Amino acid sequence: MSSHEDTYEPKGRVSKWMDERLPIARMMHGQFVDFPTPRNLNYLWTFGGILTFCLVVQIASGIVLAMHYIPAESMAFDSVQHIKRDVNYGWLIQPLHAVGASMFFIAVYIHIFRGLYYGSYKEPREVLWILGVLIFLVMMATGFLGYTLPWGQMSFWGVTVITNLFSSLDEVIPGLGTAVVTWLWGGYSVSGATLTRFFSLHYLLPFVLCGLVALHIWALHVAGQNNPTGLDIKTKSDSLPMSPYAVSKDLFALSVFIMLFAWFVFFAPDYLGHADNYIPANALVTPAHIVPEWYFLPFYAILRAIPSKLGGVIAMFGAIAVLAFVPWLDTSRVRSARYRPYFKWFFWLFAFTCLALGYLGSLPAEGIYVMWARIFTAYYFAFFLLVMPFLSLWETPTQMPGSISEAVLGKGSK
Amino acid sequence: MIKSRSIAVSVLAFAALTGGYSASFAAGGGGDGHGVKIERQEWSFSGPSGKYDSQQLQRGFGVYKEVCAACHGLSRIAFRNLAQPGGPAFNVEQVKALAATYEVPDEPDDEGEVKPRPARLADRFPPLFANEKAARAAQNGALPPDLSIIAKARGVAYSGTWYQHPIAMLKDIATAYQEGGADYIYALMTGYKDAPASMKMSEGMNYNTVYPGHQIAMAAPLSDGLDLYNDGTPETADNYARDVAAFLSWTSDPTLNERKSLGWMVMIFLLITSVLLYISKRRIWASAKH
Amino acid sequence: MEGSLASDADEPTRRDFLTLAGPAFFAVGGAMTVWPFVHQMNPDAGALALASVEVDLAPVEEGQAITIMWRGKPVFIRHRTKKEIDEARDVKLTNLPDPQSDTARTKAGHEKWLVLVGICTHLGCIPKGQSLGDVKGDYEGWFCPCHGSHYDNSGRIRKGPAPRNLEVPPYQFQSDTQIKIG
Repeated sequence: MSSHEDTYEPKGRVSKWMDERLPIARMMHGQFVDFPTPRNLNYLWTFGGILTFCLVVQIASGIVLAMHYIPAESMAFDSVQHIKRDVNYGWLIQPLHAVGASMFFIAVYIHIFRGLYYGSYKEPREVLWILGVLIFLVMMATGFLGYTLPWGQMSFWGVTVITNLFSSLDEVIPGLGTAVVTWLWGGYSVSGATLTRFFSLHYLLPFVLCGLVALHIWALHVAGQNNPTGLDIKTKSDSLPMSPYAVSKDLFALSVFIMLFAWFVFFAPDYLGHADNYIPANALVTPAHIVPEWYFLPFYAILRAIPSKLGGVIAMFGAIAVLAFVPWLDTSRVRSARYRPYFKWFFWLFAFTCLALGYLGSLPAEGIYVMWARIFTAYYFAFFLLVMPFLSLWETPTQMPGSISEAVLGKGSK
Repeated sequence: MIKSRSIAVSVLAFAALTGGYSASFAAGGGGDGHGVKIERQEWSFSGPSGKYDSQQLQRGFGVYKEVCAACHGLSRIAFRNLAQPGGPAFNVEQVKALAATYEVPDEPDDEGEVKPRPARLADRFPPLFANEKAARAAQNGALPPDLSIIAKARGVAYSGTWYQHPIAMLKDIATAYQEGGADYIYALMTGYKDAPASMKMSEGMNYNTVYPGHQIAMAAPLSDGLDLYNDGTPETADNYARDVAAFLSWTSDPTLNERKSLGWMVMIFLLITSVLLYISKRRIWASAKH
Repeated sequence: MEGSLASDADEPTRRDFLTLAGPAFFAVGGAMTVWPFVHQMNPDAGALALASVEVDLAPVEEGQAITIMWRGKPVFIRHRTKKEIDEARDVKLTNLPDPQSDTARTKAGHEKWLVLVGICTHLGCIPKGQSLGDVKGDYEGWFCPCHGSHYDNSGRIRKGPAPRNLEVPPYQFQSDTQIKIG
């Protein structure tokens, strides 16, 4: 962990006794009270705390739901209805979990885009960033598995379509894809066996997530936080202790975030879901238009943009995998896009591309939509594979301040 | 300061936009009228402050019982639900008497035979057909869906232009639009028309303007003057459609009143907390320039 | 916003009311959120609806007993003979481990009906004695095979490790032949 002043003084005999044996309070104090945070962090830096909150909400509400949910083919759908209708506060806890998943992804996307804009992936934060990509991947897996559990039409057909992606491996080694899909399903179609194993894995992965988050925070506290200038903390005047400064800002942002969360939970609990998932799963009827949850839509659009089955699957997974290589793809020595006059525009075009892909992912894959999906998919990859490595060759960064405190207070301060 | 504020605003806008994606498909429910514009109706339970009108739900239950119940089950509703607050809120004795007119299988007796007994408050509405095959056999092959969750399982697809869509999504989030199912049911009930001459109708099918494909097995169930009300409400097909759509919204979402009441308390509490936290943050940062 | 940088980070923030009110509200809100997560484990609406049952006693002949389920527990209902009632009344209360008169365990005017929760007060087994062929114990009532508790025909503990009499559930007669338990 980065070295900084330790102001922890155990008060009272019990604290002293404990401090000599397991100095956990000293560690927490050092990492979450004294820890130096750049004094110029904006509200985009509050999403780390918000995401931790989301994880806690999902685990707490998920454990409660698992007390009432029955992962059996014939009872899964009804047990969710039972939770919403009869369990005390089930009408609150079930949407808390379902809406919570969406809120988790809203927060994680803002967090990722913030990292991309301010160059938070650059040296010395490469491992921190890669842990973040792994967290994102496990989140997506958990979200996908969880969406299976209500066992409605969209659950059933979503699983059918997404697990069938693996059958594209038949194009590599004949029979391999089919074998993998049969193994995933535990049968020759999506069935009760699939549901039960997905439930088990859905319960497991959040704890994997907890471990990854702990490592992510550890890595963050070794390298220290990035900030809007992208400059390192050089002197004491560049930073403020985490508590009460950053904490007070985090709390306010969290409270505003919870308001948005509560709005959906109490007033529009089904807005983020799909009506078809209120129809019990039926293996004989496919919904007219299968769409995944909104947070997968950009990747779904990429999948459908590629005309070949295997190619689409590779592009979709590649779109996530490419994130892990960003620390080395970006060749600029300047971290923050604030001082990169051209990168800035490419970045906003990229952000727009992701929104556009999401929108296209929700539309049927036909006609003009396919063409647009291909154009945006091309730019999605071009941003990582062309803009990041080559833009810095001719882009001249604008004048940067000498230090964080200079950026805050203007020239002349130390 | 200005910088961080504009960022905060753009963050919220982004959050709302990403959240807004779903509208494009959330509304695209199973039985939506593809390409047909379904008018949004005024409902007592629409929006953040809307609540069910128990008189309307009582009338709607009457319509269900006399018209829909011939073919459509209500399997997730227990008789006790009809008496609970936030619903039709019938008097318990009325519901007991109603329940007793239905028969459910009793526990096996000492000889192991399962005999029917009158339903009690704790029982659910008994199924109309033993299984799906039996239901289809009784309806010329068509399957009448169970209605206990139908309003959530249907929606209204967005039918405007793509560039107005994000605005429409944000508006729906801000107004907490959740009544696509009720709008659809009302539109379906009132959407029976004579088939246009150009349309070739299959045997036994009926023309409906909002049903996907326009051919529906169910014949127009409602007409004026069926004598279903006893509270003086005009006996029109339009009223029947509206009331039964409201009733089916309640069966799909019976805790709406409770949810919204608590929701307001939570929102006000959070608003106060947020303001106080902002003041707290300002005071803490007052001495530190940033 | 004056003041030198070096001092402002060191200067302890004044912990006044307005600084603490926000975090305090936040903490209170968090604490209130705990309740739904606790209450969800209580019996749900479906279970509560079954919290009371109505039993038709008409088919139970004198000397017969029936067992019905109430809140997941067996309830013994015995239609006692005149002789059994007299025996139960004649017992000296001082001889009982848990003294209670037979009249206190039945409803006035309906003494022939004995309604008991059929769970041994020792460790929760179900006593024998409902079926004709069952062992009824030394006192012609019920006998718990787990640890040998004997109950009499008023359901009172007479011998064995059980500390209390078989529990009488809350019930009322709705008519001469109909009771509502719970």
